[in-house]
Amino acid sequence: MSEPLLQLTGIVKEFPGVRALDGVDLTIRAGEVHCLLGQNGAGKSTLIKVLSGAHAVDEGKIRMDGEPVSFSDPQAALDAGIATIYQELDLVDGLSVADNIFLGHEKTRLGFARMGDTRREARALLTSLGHPEIRPAREIGSLSAAGKQIVSMARALSRHARVIVMDEPSAVLDPDEVDGLFRVIDDLRASGKAIIYISHRLEEIRRIGDRLTVLKDGRTVAADLPARETPTTELITLMTGREVSGDLPRRTQPIPDVPPLLVVEGLGRDGEFDDVSFAVRPGEIVGLAGLVGAGRSEIVETVYGARRAHRGSVTVDGRPLRRGSVHAAVAAGLGLCPEERKSQGLVLDEAVYRNISLASLTRFSRLGATRDAAERGAAQEAARSVDLRPDDPDRLTRTLSGGNQQKIVLARWLLRRCRVLLLDEPTRGVDVGARSEIYQLIRTLADDGLAVVVVSSDIDEVLGLSDRVLVVADGRVVDAAAADSLDAHAVLDRILATHEAADDPSTDHRPEGDAA
Amino acid sequence: MTGSVQPTTAAPQKRARSLGVARNLGLVVALVLLCVVGLVTAGDRFASTNNIITVLSLASAIGVVAIGMTFVITGGGIDLSVGAIVALSSVWASTTGTQAMAGDVGWIVIATTAIGVGIACGVINGVLIAYGKIVPFIATLAMLASARGLAEILADRKTQIIRDQGFRDALGARPFGVPVIVFVFAAVVVAGWFLLNRTTFGRRTFAVGGNTEAARLAGIKVQRHTVYLYALLGATCGLAAVMLMSRTQTGSSTHGLMWELDAIAAVVIGGTLLSGGRGTVVGTLLGVLIFTTLTNVFTLNNLSTSVQAVAKGVIIVAAVLLQQRLANRNT
Repeated sequence: MSEPLLQLTGIVKEFPGVRALDGVDLTIRAGEVHCLLGQNGAGKSTLIKVLSGAHAVDEGKIRMDGEPVSFSDPQAALDAGIATIYQELDLVDGLSVADNIFLGHEKTRLGFARMGDTRREARALLTSLGHPEIRPAREIGSLSAAGKQIVSMARALSRHARVIVMDEPSAVLDPDEVDGLFRVIDDLRASGKAIIYISHRLEEIRRIGDRLTVLKDGRTVAADLPARETPTTELITLMTGREVSGDLPRRTQPIPDVPPLLVVEGLGRDGEFDDVSFAVRPGEIVGLAGLVGAGRSEIVETVYGARRAHRGSVTVDGRPLRRGSVHAAVAAGLGLCPEERKSQGLVLDEAVYRNISLASLTRFSRLGATRDAAERGAAQEAARSVDLRPDDPDRLTRTLSGGNQQKIVLARWLLRRCRVLLLDEPTRGVDVGARSEIYQLIRTLADDGLAVVVVSSDIDEVLGLSDRVLVVADGRVVDAAAADSLDAHAVLDRILATHEAADDPSTDHRPEGDAA
Repeated sequence: MTGSVQPTTAAPQKRARSLGVARNLGLVVALVLLCVVGLVTAGDRFASTNNIITVLSLASAIGVVAIGMTFVITGGGIDLSVGAIVALSSVWASTTGTQAMAGDVGWIVIATTAIGVGIACGVINGVLIAYGKIVPFIATLAMLASARGLAEILADRKTQIIRDQGFRDALGARPFGVPVIVFVFAAVVVAGWFLLNRTTFGRRTFAVGGNTEAARLAGIKVQRHTVYLYALLGATCGLAAVMLMSRTQTGSSTHGLMWELDAIAAVVIGGTLLSGGRGTVVGTLLGVLIFTTLTNVFTLNNLSTSVQAVAKGVIIVAAVLLQQRLANRNT
């Protein structure tokens, strides 16, 4: 209809070892709610930070009203008219509502705060948002999440923002509050503001969105689709599907017909997942497929003891594991490659070999004294067996690429001689080239007799890698079948069937304790 | 001149370690410069054997605490209560009751009491932090207040003289003309270096301080390890109390005043990262020696303790700024 208000073309943002954004295009018009869709790790958060001026782009152009702009810092983005409402709201708890709204551009005269004006204008803004009941003098900390969001929006309006970026605003709201939020968004749209709305809840996008852009692996895979009419299957395929670029290695030998090594029975945690049961034999790869937020990571972390199970049991080789003890799980032969590799998996400022040996320290020590040569040699051997590049054991872990950092975590568990390997998003943040190496490695490990559990949001990846697949939706295993007998569409249908049942606004998404 | 500089970490120095070596070299240069200043301004009074021994014995007790502090900080913690623990240990170990028992059994009772009290305080700190989930700053701040208060109650605010002859003989000895406590300090430095760099305990300390979550998910018992770290520091405080008692022949609730600041300062200028994950015993040794030499040079030149305090502050800032530059250049 009109000139785009904000246009991003070919945005590239690199971090050491990973290309977080690799050619993002985005066109925003005034008076629209533009939804941004993508899995975790697709680049949404990086893109938000680019829009808010927190990250400078490496390549690509940003235009406002057709004029090229560049945001050197968050202030510049605000001045240009882009305000961002972060998921973890960046409000100062100890200050009043009015002070928060005008934080950073306080109303002052000769250095003194103009309290009266501040309160009056804050009240006007809140009223214009349909929330006159929020008193400007109230302390922020006492407001609900929904109230805080309104205050954040008032802050954006006080900056005369023309584009408001909202990062998963509904994540912290209950259904009534979401309705209220949507009414406010409707008003903003009617007044000509552009809203960039980020969420992975499709049903919300249907309700509030005008157009949408899908991100995957740091790229725009589809732009300007109609938010209401685009079929759900198409959207999920766009988000999760990938032309299988890495070759997924097929099983070369049959799974040995032996009793299962890992048995999970009736596992549950209040508010996260419930009634999860499965078994994995040595040599078998079991995949957990599902969308973000379905509870897959929570399940593997509970199996591993990093979260304490409320119900159910985990047995390894017939022996039950103590609940909530990672140490016991590791001692029993479990190993976890966590989802957030950098924050959960690695000591980034340590040498590579020390990260590899981290779980096997006692093996390379005598009376508590480390045997450095033995340790280093063994770590180097493990590094070679996962084809770590460069295989310099003294290199700082931070300096390696995402794929090689993942190999370090794998090498750690190889060195530990673990028997059950839990892999949470093993190819997240790993560039396409290194993915097939990781796949091959996982397959080889299974062929060597490890029991493997793989979690991935990438349905093709789970299907291609696993022997058996559990489909997880809303904290429950909704289907379990041999991987050969499923295709991506069948899995999506199962997920969607659950979602449609759960999307009925009268039901709660999450299983509660009484669900067992 | 400064005969006590330890050889820096041996073995192949590659990427992960070259940074530490560069830092230690910087500290050695700073110490040498300080000695040159001492030589120029105070001449023989500075370079005399007696003076060097004085510097070393002054560095010993606080040095032992700083080595313990190196472990806690490397493990991602902090302890503000070390000075108070030293005071409490010294008072408890020099009460008439303890001294009477020492008279029957031997001086070792005094030493074990001091170290035992230190360990107990450290365990309380560690448990509050690891299991009570109180941030280290607050937990040890509380210990700082309580331990010194308890020391005052026990001593009734009086200075307790150590009369036990066995204790005075054993720790007052001067083999080769050097006080025993200097040898104790040297032994603690060597043991500390070994513990941090050559044992699984040290390795876990680096991992816990560098990335607690990764350490936990690798199967390390992070909470228990945290308790060990504070207990270790408590033990070094108790040992420092013994050394202080041998030097001053007293136990007092005013012992170790402001030692938390001196110890933390020495650790930080030594190159141990306050946020955890990186730590160096050799750096801490150099940090302690720099501070003690500085005090000595200032005293020999009749400069007031107030001037010394200002100089200390400037040195801390300069050292940390320099380290940040080095760190940025290398990453």
